[in-house]
Amino acid sequence: MELCDRSACDLVGMLKKREISSREITESVFKRIDEKEDTINAYITTTRETALKQADLADKKFRNGKRTSLLNGIPIAIKDILCTQGIRTTCGSNILTNFIPTYTATAVKKVLQAGAVLIGKTNMDEFAMGSSTENSAFGPTRNPVNIEHVPGGSSGGSAAAVSGGETILAIGTDTGGSIRLPSAYCGVAGIKPTYGRVSRYGLIAYASSLDQIGALGRTTEDCAMLLNVICGHDSLDSTSAQVKKPDFRRFLNKGIKGLKVGLPREYFVEGIDTRVEDQIMKAVKVLGKNGADIVDISLPHTKYAISAYYLIATAEASSNLARYDGVKYGFRSNQDIPDSVRMYEETRSEGFGKEVKRRIMLGTYALSAGYYDAYYLKAQKARALIKDDFDKAFEKVDCMITPVSPCLPFKLGEKMADPLQMYLVDIYTVSLNLTGLPGMSVNCGTVDGLPVGLQIIGKAFDEEMVLRVGNTYEKIVEEDV
Amino acid sequence: MDYDIIICFETHVELKTETKLFCDCPVKYEAPPNSQICPVCTGQPGALPVLNKKAVEYAIRAGLALNCTINRESRFARKNYFYPDLPKGYQISQFEKPFCEDGYLEITGDDGKPYVVGIKRIHLEEDAGKLVHSSGSLEASEYSLVDYNRSSVPLLEIVADHERNPLRSVKEARIYLDKLKQIMKYIEISDCMLEKGQFRCDVNISIRPKGSKNLGNRAEIKNMASFKFITEALEYEIKRQSELIESGRRVSQETRLFDEEKKITRPMRSKEDAPDYRYFPDPDLIEVEIDREFLQGIEDSVPELPDQKLDHLIKNFGIPRHDAIILMKEKKISDFFEKCALHCNDRRKLSHWITKDLFKLLNDSSLTIDECPIRPKDFSQLINLADRGDITDSIGRTVLYEMFRTGKNPETIIEAKGLKPIQDVDLLDKILDEVIGENPDAVSNIKQGITKPIDFLVGQVMKKTRGKAPAKKVRELVHKKLLKGPTQS
Repeated sequence: MELCDRSACDLVGMLKKREISSREITESVFKRIDEKEDTINAYITTTRETALKQADLADKKFRNGKRTSLLNGIPIAIKDILCTQGIRTTCGSNILTNFIPTYTATAVKKVLQAGAVLIGKTNMDEFAMGSSTENSAFGPTRNPVNIEHVPGGSSGGSAAAVSGGETILAIGTDTGGSIRLPSAYCGVAGIKPTYGRVSRYGLIAYASSLDQIGALGRTTEDCAMLLNVICGHDSLDSTSAQVKKPDFRRFLNKGIKGLKVGLPREYFVEGIDTRVEDQIMKAVKVLGKNGADIVDISLPHTKYAISAYYLIATAEASSNLARYDGVKYGFRSNQDIPDSVRMYEETRSEGFGKEVKRRIMLGTYALSAGYYDAYYLKAQKARALIKDDFDKAFEKVDCMITPVSPCLPFKLGEKMADPLQMYLVDIYTVSLNLTGLPGMSVNCGTVDGLPVGLQIIGKAFDEEMVLRVGNTYEKIVEEDV
Repeated sequence: MDYDIIICFETHVELKTETKLFCDCPVKYEAPPNSQICPVCTGQPGALPVLNKKAVEYAIRAGLALNCTINRESRFARKNYFYPDLPKGYQISQFEKPFCEDGYLEITGDDGKPYVVGIKRIHLEEDAGKLVHSSGSLEASEYSLVDYNRSSVPLLEIVADHERNPLRSVKEARIYLDKLKQIMKYIEISDCMLEKGQFRCDVNISIRPKGSKNLGNRAEIKNMASFKFITEALEYEIKRQSELIESGRRVSQETRLFDEEKKITRPMRSKEDAPDYRYFPDPDLIEVEIDREFLQGIEDSVPELPDQKLDHLIKNFGIPRHDAIILMKEKKISDFFEKCALHCNDRRKLSHWITKDLFKLLNDSSLTIDECPIRPKDFSQLINLADRGDITDSIGRTVLYEMFRTGKNPETIIEAKGLKPIQDVDLLDKILDEVIGENPDAVSNIKQGITKPIDFLVGQVMKKTRGKAPAKKVRELVHKKLLKGPTQS
């Protein structure tokens, strides 16, 4: 096995024993990038030169016997939605095609301080709006498992990079499933922590009340290791939570005996690909056999989740994206423009892609005078009801199991003509963004060679439970193989 | 026809916090363009706002001074519109749940009675940046530049109530503005310098035939840079609206701009064109909870307000009402007075010298009380010297002038300039004898019981001593010499 295909935890052990160097891992990763990137297009920007310098610095720390973070010398890819000082940050959009931030996002700062090696900035749906990474101004990313298929989105670049050995770890963001869906489609592990767990400072906002930064890796353990570094209160983000920061790796091996695992019945209804359903039920049986208590639960307002999500997300987006006006930074239309209003119109018409414009218009409408109550406010009410559902269900169970996606990774272009079909791909993931709850995707096998993701949902700030169940499941399956 | 006039202000007061509303950038007015900026106040991608607690404190202080209910839970909302000076494409303001609601400001009405003007709400918001046009106006400019130094400086918007006791005349409007500004300065949340844009007003005005119950359509007037312009704009509007009504036409509900040169208002946009700001709660900022302790702390820190100050000055210091009114106009002046009064016996003399002599000196050199070179301790010392008769008032004024010029204390000046009063009674006697010899008419008048020329004789002694003779003592000597009796004053 090449270094670039190993898990972060394996590499941490090898680095510690000085069997390998960070430079070797980093070179292995870049070798893979050279081989695959033309096909996969996981990155918008790679930072080879600085990466090798960072690797050497990490190696020096090892040599000097300094106490280091576990992440020291481990390659990491960052979704191009997080600001990196001095490194172009595009958010997958033409409108930021030349934007170089003057500051670094808190989460990125933390991994860099820990000594991680930044490989590059990963591809994504423009402004994280999409479920396939096809809505990128820098071309679509392909799924390394099967290049005819999409990697899922919007953190498709991050998931594809982890899956294909183009990085070891990756940071993504999740507004409606954008970490979990690509993790599922690319067969890797990915966690969206509780809203407020990771600072959003420097995360280019799509929908502020839903956006959350999370971790992607080859295993649950890798995700836990990365989450340990990026989480924590940040005074620069008013919505960042002041909660205790646990060691997420501590309970990974505590097992699942006696745990009550809920199966929300509304998630297994018409619309789900039966092959996906079968795969999920197989995983549920595995958990049951290993001591988990499987409980039937109900989340009655699930049917409103997609509508509520697309109203709230687009409403917030319409306001969040107003700053891209050609005045201060980023793209400005070159057309001969007589006044500022026309400058806005041309800049935004040319600078934004089709899906982004669609969502800005939807959101603008939802907030307009006379429609606010009927759309935005009603969506917020639905959101409260959905949260109630989860609160009640969690009185009975410790965690929940659902599919991540109702369907298998689809082919490039398959859903591009039908936005509504595309939106429905998020049906099992958006509720966690509306409620702020933590959730992760772990691989639970393949159908016709295409990965299926198992979603584990936990109570607020109980990522430990989510990771524990994910890790236990992975270990059981590993042993079976 | 006689009309009821309904006037209602929306006032923006820029708060003098050290830093901006949502970031750590300093609030500085005299700084090079775009030198006081950061990712947050320039709307960089990914930057997030963090609320300045001091600004909340100031907002609540204003609410308490204007008798408002303080909402224990408050929220920020986004007001969405595009303009180059607005870096995020929205302004963080408040919509539902402002910090303060339902207050009032008491003024003296046109009928001479107290009138309680309704305040609907006070909310906190961020200011926009500033456009700098390459020539005078936007239209005439080849290009415009943006300065974001002012972007996100905290602003308080004080909205008066249309329905609950609105202002009824231009005169009342002026009194309201003066008093509002005075209070904001008293509670030390703003310097309220109009020329720096720290106190900006929009005004709504409508009129209706006297006795009519229906509210007329109102015009909102913007773009008035001084209280004088506001008065002129209101006067113009009353004339314009009454002419419309009298000629049988309707006043349309619209926003108008004041033209400073022509002294007229001009339509800017109609009600139908009013922008839809698509307010919604800002998801980047959590609900602000005002806890009891925080509120109590602010309540305890609200200083005496102008009306209370006036009473306090009259009752505690025994100074004349007309002096007290002058002193309380600005808190800094009454503060100066009170500091002097601590070491001073004759407070009436003190208030008189401040309001007359010191004000003239300040005025002549265009200084504010803050910049006054005289320390309160020295000022009271001067008053005490004059009060004890150690120096004459006339020498006192000379000393005051020197103190103002040099910042030195009165004793030093008196010593250096040889202004010490003549204490030598024999010398005074000798001079008085000279004066008596030179003015036989006056002397004979006095001897016949006409006391008026006494002042004349004292004046003559003063003249000869260039003011250095203690008047009280000279008067005594005159009495002794010419009337053989004790001084009668």
